[in-house]
This record gives sequence, structure tokens and C-alpha cells, in this order.
Amino acid sequence: MPVGKASASRIELLQGTLDLLILQTLLWGPDHGYGITQRLSAVSGDALRIETGSLYPALHRLERRGAIAAEWKTSENRQRVRVYRLTAAGRKLLGSERSRWQQLADAIGAILARTTESES
Amino acid sequence: MRFPRLPFPGRSRRADRDAELDDEIRSHLRMAEEDRIAAGESPESAGASARREFGNVEIVREITRESWGGARLEQVAQDVRFGLRLLHRSPGFAALAILCLTIGIGANAAVFGWIEGILLRPYPAVAHQETLFALAGTSRGSPDFDVISWPDFVDLRRSGTLYEPIAEKITSTTLSVGDRAERVRGSVVSANYFDALGVKPLLGRGFEAEEESGRNAHPVTVISHQLWKRRFHGDPAILGKAQKMNGVEHTIVGVAPEGFFGTFVGYAFQFWVPVSMQETFESNVYKLEDRGQRWIEGFVRVRPGATLPQAQEEISAAARRLESDFPATNRGRGIRLLPLWRSPFNNAGALLPTLRVALGVAIVLLLIACANVGNLLLVRSFARRQEMTIRLAIGAGGGRLTAQLLVESLVLAACAAAGGLLAAYWLRDALVLLIPPRGVPMSLAGRLDARVLAASIGVSVLATVLVGIVPAIQARRLDLAGALRSGSGGVVGPERRRLLRSGLVVLQVSLSFLLLVGAGLLLLSIRRVHDSRPGFATDDVLTAGVDLAAAGYDRPRATLFEDTLLERARAIPGVRSAALSRIRPFGYRTYSSASIEAAGYRPRSDEEPIVDFNEVSPSYFETAGIPLAAGREFTREDDGTAAPVAIVNEAFVARYFRGEDPIDRSFRADGRSIRIIGVARQSRYESLLEAPKPFYYVPLRQSFSASVNLYLRTAAPPETIAPALAREIQALDRDLTLSELITMREQVRRSAAPQRVAVTLLAVFGGVALLLAAIGLYGVVSHAVSQSERELGLRMALGASARNLMRHVVSQGLRLATVGIAVGAAAALGLTRLLGYLLYGVGPRDPMVFALAGAVMLTAALAACLLPAWRAMRTDPVEALRG
Repeated sequence: MPVGKASASRIELLQGTLDLLILQTLLWGPDHGYGITQRLSAVSGDALRIETGSLYPALHRLERRGAIAAEWKTSENRQRVRVYRLTAAGRKLLGSERSRWQQLADAIGAILARTTESES
Repeated sequence: MRFPRLPFPGRSRRADRDAELDDEIRSHLRMAEEDRIAAGESPESAGASARREFGNVEIVREITRESWGGARLEQVAQDVRFGLRLLHRSPGFAALAILCLTIGIGANAAVFGWIEGILLRPYPAVAHQETLFALAGTSRGSPDFDVISWPDFVDLRRSGTLYEPIAEKITSTTLSVGDRAERVRGSVVSANYFDALGVKPLLGRGFEAEEESGRNAHPVTVISHQLWKRRFHGDPAILGKAQKMNGVEHTIVGVAPEGFFGTFVGYAFQFWVPVSMQETFESNVYKLEDRGQRWIEGFVRVRPGATLPQAQEEISAAARRLESDFPATNRGRGIRLLPLWRSPFNNAGALLPTLRVALGVAIVLLLIACANVGNLLLVRSFARRQEMTIRLAIGAGGGRLTAQLLVESLVLAACAAAGGLLAAYWLRDALVLLIPPRGVPMSLAGRLDARVLAASIGVSVLATVLVGIVPAIQARRLDLAGALRSGSGGVVGPERRRLLRSGLVVLQVSLSFLLLVGAGLLLLSIRRVHDSRPGFATDDVLTAGVDLAAAGYDRPRATLFEDTLLERARAIPGVRSAALSRIRPFGYRTYSSASIEAAGYRPRSDEEPIVDFNEVSPSYFETAGIPLAAGREFTREDDGTAAPVAIVNEAFVARYFRGEDPIDRSFRADGRSIRIIGVARQSRYESLLEAPKPFYYVPLRQSFSASVNLYLRTAAPPETIAPALAREIQALDRDLTLSELITMREQVRRSAAPQRVAVTLLAVFGGVALLLAAIGLYGVVSHAVSQSERELGLRMALGASARNLMRHVVSQGLRLATVGIAVGAAAALGLTRLLGYLLYGVGPRDPMVFALAGAVMLTAALAACLLPAWRAMRTDPVEALRG
């Protein structure tokens, strides 16, 4: 896996978006922590850089808020792993986080569009 | 290393979750490692890469644990726990930071304690000192405060509805208990003394109203707890027993409670007698019925509900009535109520400037300590980059991070506050150690009460904010930078961090320089005091107090004793001459004074020509080493039967005789005509700081005193004279003791006690500050070296010699130090004049002191740079460039 080369073009996670990404990833099905990081970088084409260390505090906090639930399972290569899945509350949270993100993106998009107009 | 957890409910459940989290992280690492091996990485490096990618497992674990926590309050508890764990993980940093803050907070707490115990609440065991004020007389046209007379006191008391006055006059006596005689201090007080102060005797009673009246009619006394324990072995049947004081048997009617030392800053008082005994304790002059005899150093208790201005108004009105009723004695006289710390009647005033300097120094020291710890935290924040990044990524706001950092510095400050208060407690009696003993029990204790605790906690909070603000600013910046940051560069631009750290070091250096200059100026003052010539001989003159009044001598007996004592003293081998005087120059007691009239001298209308004088025996000038400019010394023939004579000093001649030869001419002192028989050279009388002033001497024989000082001009060292003198005194009267025998040099030295206290404090604190500044400088320079190893290696590879590198590093440090010294010098130029009267014979901007302080500072800076420079010299260019 290429590590050094891609890093320069990687985008840092905007603060507060980690929860959204985790919830979205789990919408596709339950997974363990390592799996979540793998899925995220695969889907974003290695463009998003997740500080691995921040994943677990975020997972445990979401679990405490009831958005996700965890249980110990044995993986395909017979390892004990802690698997997280989305709860009903988590789906609701994902919905509201998504619409918040959409609002933010729209607002920023509008501003950027305006700037481009005035420049041209 | 794991911090031992506090036991709390649900602990076992938490332990389970801890174990689960460990498993979870382990499985993550294992999967990452396997994937890497599958992708072709070698097994050896795969594990390491996986861990590198994951980051610091310990920190992740720590922060994840926090996300289990609950409510806001618990969050604080969590922050505290986290702070403690952080400290535990880097004990070196923790120890250094806590030590720095302890010094800063401890210095402040100690000074607060002294200010509370000496200025604001000076009298232990006295209730409600906030409603207690000093009662001082004023006279029109004079800025000085005065004592008041007993008849005035009684009238003021009669007209007081908002206040209750308390009379006191400091005295002393010689106590003979068993076979040992000892000098102790006590006071003559009004009957309400104990009641009005709210001091309840441990045994027996205070004084009763009728014990105020009748000339020497009530020989009763209340003794101190200390005296009762020490001299009477805590005798439970002490009440009713008799104790001889000043020749009169006094009945002990009470024992004061433990911890009550009277109402005078500096001494621990041992006995109290009612005001009717005044004559017995005041050199046999009866003053109770004479409105012109002023002697009372009083207090006023303002009654509950009344304010100081109201009480002042009422007492001023009473003073105006006295002025119109008794113009002969009270014209121009008023009464002022003063806060206790401004009381003119004790040592508090002399210590005021010293304590002010001490407070300033303590604050400066706190700032230096905070700058130092701030600097340490900056280095650490570099190491905590990852932790902060994770916290931001999981959505902690800047405010949350600031709160956490503040809690962490609060943990530091709390540890330091505990240490600081402990230090203040140890130091509460330190001041009395710096002040030379006076031969009687002293008390000059700091006081750690709720107010001092509150102030110290305030200082700790201030320190927390000062220290926490630096990393907190960083956290904010990190917050802003978070969105746009790219790559893994520094959290804050290295340039900005370097500037911040350099700024802190410059601040430290400049503050330390300020303290060094202050210490230097005071040290020079002390030396000047030591070298100065007071106008009398100092090295070979011994002096000791002889209190015959305290031993109960009447006038004929005392006169005889004084003659015999002088004869015997002169016969001691090594003694060249001996003499007596009533007042010792530079001593605590005040000279007598008289109003002067001289033919041909017309005083200005607003001038009262009051001149101090001393009562001296024959051979005084020879013994004390004061040369006579004209005329002769007193002889034994100048006694009570002969016409009054005087020896005047040169300033006296200049003012009252326009410099003409005054021998055999006369002047009037308080109306009495005195003939001048000699002119003494100018000398100093009360302190080295005084300006030359008119002064004269009269024969002791013509102005009797039973309380005198003995002087011996010796050719032998003092320690050989003392035992012989003690033997002679014992032979004359075994109930008599001399106050300690010292040289006049020692007496002069003691008058510089405030300077010495200040210089000790400044020297100690200045040294500590210098050390802290050097540590700060060392930290910055060595960090710079470790950060620029590549650069250094490159320079070396390009041909720079080790010597060049060393110069490069050292000059970096010295540049900071120089800027700091420049800033400090600018501050010092403006601030050192606040040392005020503590400076003697040296200007507040003495260039030599400034230069010397600069040299010391630069030397310390150089020392701080040498180790990092040496490390830089040993940089291996190949290693550095490869790494």
C-alpha cells in the first residue's frame, strides 16, 4: 500500500465530520474498527486521511450515545474482533448529520460561486 | 507506566472495559500488520509500520477512556485524573514545574503572611482587629504623631460614645525569680485593656476600674502565659503570689492566655500593670495629673455599628473642646485615629518599606516562575501534538481543549500551592531571625489565616491562568489551523513557537536582572552603612544597658551605685575609660528634648525650636570618642548643687549663636538658663541617614536618670571584658542584670536591620530568579540545538569547525540574554527608587551595580548555553544528515 506518495494530496478531515463518516460507513453493514478505516480510504480513493488514533475515541463515544452498538465476534481468519453496527438511533443521527453537512456544503458552495462570479 | 487509579464505584467494570479496549486495539494492529505482509512488506517492518500509522497507543487509550465518561462535572474529574497521569508519566517535568511554581506561590504566601501578621492583624489573640485603631496626638504644623497625656485620655474616654480608648505605655523591668535576674518588656495599661481587646485571662482577671486611680496605689500585675510557664513552671496556685518589679512587690492577679504577646509589634510582652503604677515604671516621674506630660501610646476600639470617620469626627470634636478648655497645654493639639499598620508607636513602620519591597520581589518571582513553567509547557505541547490532533478530530472544540489545558495547569498550581503554603508556614518566623536580638523576648510572626489562604489561592489561580494561557493560545491556534493543515508539520508554526519561547526567556532574564540590581543596591547600602563614620568611636567602645529603676533603686542609691560602677569598671584590666548616658545613640529609646531660647536668635513664627539632648556622665566624650572642638568635659563637680551647664554641638552653635564662640554664654532650655562649657564635634544621634542637627548634652548628675547605658573604651577584645564586668555587677547587686554587652559598631549595625532584612530577601530571591532564568535559557537553547541538528550537521559538512558551531549556538543564547538585560535595565531605571530610604549612600541608578548585575546575568546565560553548545559541537554530520 502506497503510503508516502499519496500523503501530500490527502485532505485533512474537517473537524466534526468523523462521526458522520463512521455512521455512513456502518450503514453499509457492521464492521470492526480496522475495517472501517480500510473502507473509508478505499471509498475515498485514499484522498481522506483519518488519524487512526482518533477512530476509537469516536467509536466509543458514539456507542455511549447509543448511535452504534458493539459486540465481540470472531472474524473470517478466526480473530476476536469488536464489531460495530448502526442502531435505530444511529440512523436518525446519521440523517441529521447528513442534512447538517449538506447545509454547510451548500452554504460554502454558494459563497464560492459568488466569489467566482465577481472575479470573472 | 500506569497511574494507580483512585478507587471508585464500578471500578471492576471499568477494569473490564480497559481490558476490552486493549484487546480491540491489539486486534486492529494485528489486522493492519497482516494486511501489510500480504501486500508484500517484510514481517519485521510491517508491525512497526502498523504501530506508526496507529499512533501512540497509550494516548489513544487515554482519550478513548475519557469518552466513556459522563456529565460535565465528571469531565472535570476526568481532566484532573488525566492531568495527574500526565504528570506521573513525566516526573522530571512535573517536579521542575511544581518546584518553580512552589517557589513563586510560596514566596507570595510567606509575604502575605508577614503583612497580615505584622501590619494588618499584628496582635495575636486580640479579637476583631479590624475595629482597632492607633490613637495618636497631632500638633499643628508638625507631620509627626505624638503621644498623649493621661488627663487628656480620661477626658477623651468620657466623651466617647462611638469609641472606647485603650491606654498603653511600653516599659520594662528586671525580674528576679529564684536566683536568676532577667529583663522583660511589659506595659502600663488602662484598666479596660484586656476587656476592650477581647483577651480573656487564662487564670484570674484583668484590671478593675478603681485600679487606675491612686498614686502607686495598686501594685497588681497580669503576667504572660510564657512567663508563667517558663519562670513559674505553670504553678496553678500562682494567683495572689507576689513578684518584685521595679523595687515594688506586685500581686499577680491574672495570667494572660497562651499566644497573647501584648499590643506591640516586635516584642513578646511578659507583664502588664495598671496605669496607677505609672510612676514606678517611668523613671520616678509622676505624670497622671499633669496634662502637659504626654506619654500614652493608645488604641481606640470603634464600637460596633460605628465607622472610622464617625469615630474620628467625635474624637476630633472632643480634642477641640480640650484645646479651648486647656490652651496652656493643648493649643494646636489634635487626635488622629490611624489604622494599625500606620501606628507610629512600634516597629511596624520601620518594616513597612521592607515588606513592600518583599511583596514586589515575590510578585516578580511568581512571574518568572510562571514564564518558566509556560516555557516547559510549550516544549511539552510539541510532544503532545498527536493527542491534540486526535481530540480535535473527535470534535473537541477549542474551548474544551482550553478548559482541559487550564485544568492541567491547575493541577500543577494546586500541588504548588500546597507546597507554597507549607513553605510560608515554615517561613512565618523567618523575619525575626533576620533582625538582631535585643536581649528581650521578641515576636515578629507571620500569620496564616483565612484571608492569607484566600489571597494565596488567588495567586495560585493567577499562576494557573498565566501558565495555562500559553498552551491554551496554542490550542486555539491549532483549532483554526485544523481545517487547512496539510502534511504532518508542527502544530504551530515553529517560527511562532520559537518567538513565544524566546519572549518568555527575555521576560525571565529582564525580571531576574531587576532583582539582581535591587539586591546589588541594597548590598552596597549595607556596606556603606558598615563603612560609615557616625562621629563616635565604634570598634573599641562597648555598651550595655543598666536599668536601676527596674531594680527598684531610688535616687540616692542609684547615684551612689552609678559612681561605684564607673570606678570598678575603670579598674577592669583592658578598660581605658568608662562613662554613662541616659540614651544610647542609635538605640530604640528617644532623647529628651527642650524648647530653646538664645539671645540674638529669633525663631521664625511657625518654628518651635525644639532640640534633643542627652544626659551624660563625666568622661563621656573621651569614652564615646566624640572630640571636643572647644571647652571641657563635664566633671564630678557639675552636680545638682552647681549651676546648670551644657556642652553643645557644632550645628547648635551655627544655628543659635551664628557660629560665634559660645563658651561661657548661656541659653534657656524650657525656661531654665544653662551655661555652655564646651562644644562637641558633630556626630549622628539616631541614624546614619539623619541630616546634621543641633544637639546638646547635660550632666547626668544635674538631670538624674535611674535607667542608663554604660560605655567602656577598651584596649582588649570585648569577650575578655564581658565576664569581668558581669562579676563586678554581681558583686555590687545580684538582682541586677546588664542588657547584653555589645560594641557600638554592633549597635550601628542593628540600626540597619530593615536594610538587612530587605537585602537578605532580595539576595535569596534574586539568586533563585537567576537560577530559574538560567534554566529557561538552557531549555530554549538546547531545544533549538536538538531541532536544528540537520542544519548544524550541514554547516559542519560544509566545513564549519566545532568552534564555529559553538560560537553559533552560544551567540543565539547570549542574544536573548542581552535583550533581556536591556529590557530589565530600562525597568530597573524606573523602579529602583521605590527602595526609598532602604538605600544608603548609593543612588538608585548606580552604574556600577547595573554593570555588575549585567555581568552576573551574562555569566549565568553563558553557563546555560555551554552544555547545549557542547552537544552541538559533537554533532556527527553524517548521522545528522542521514536522520
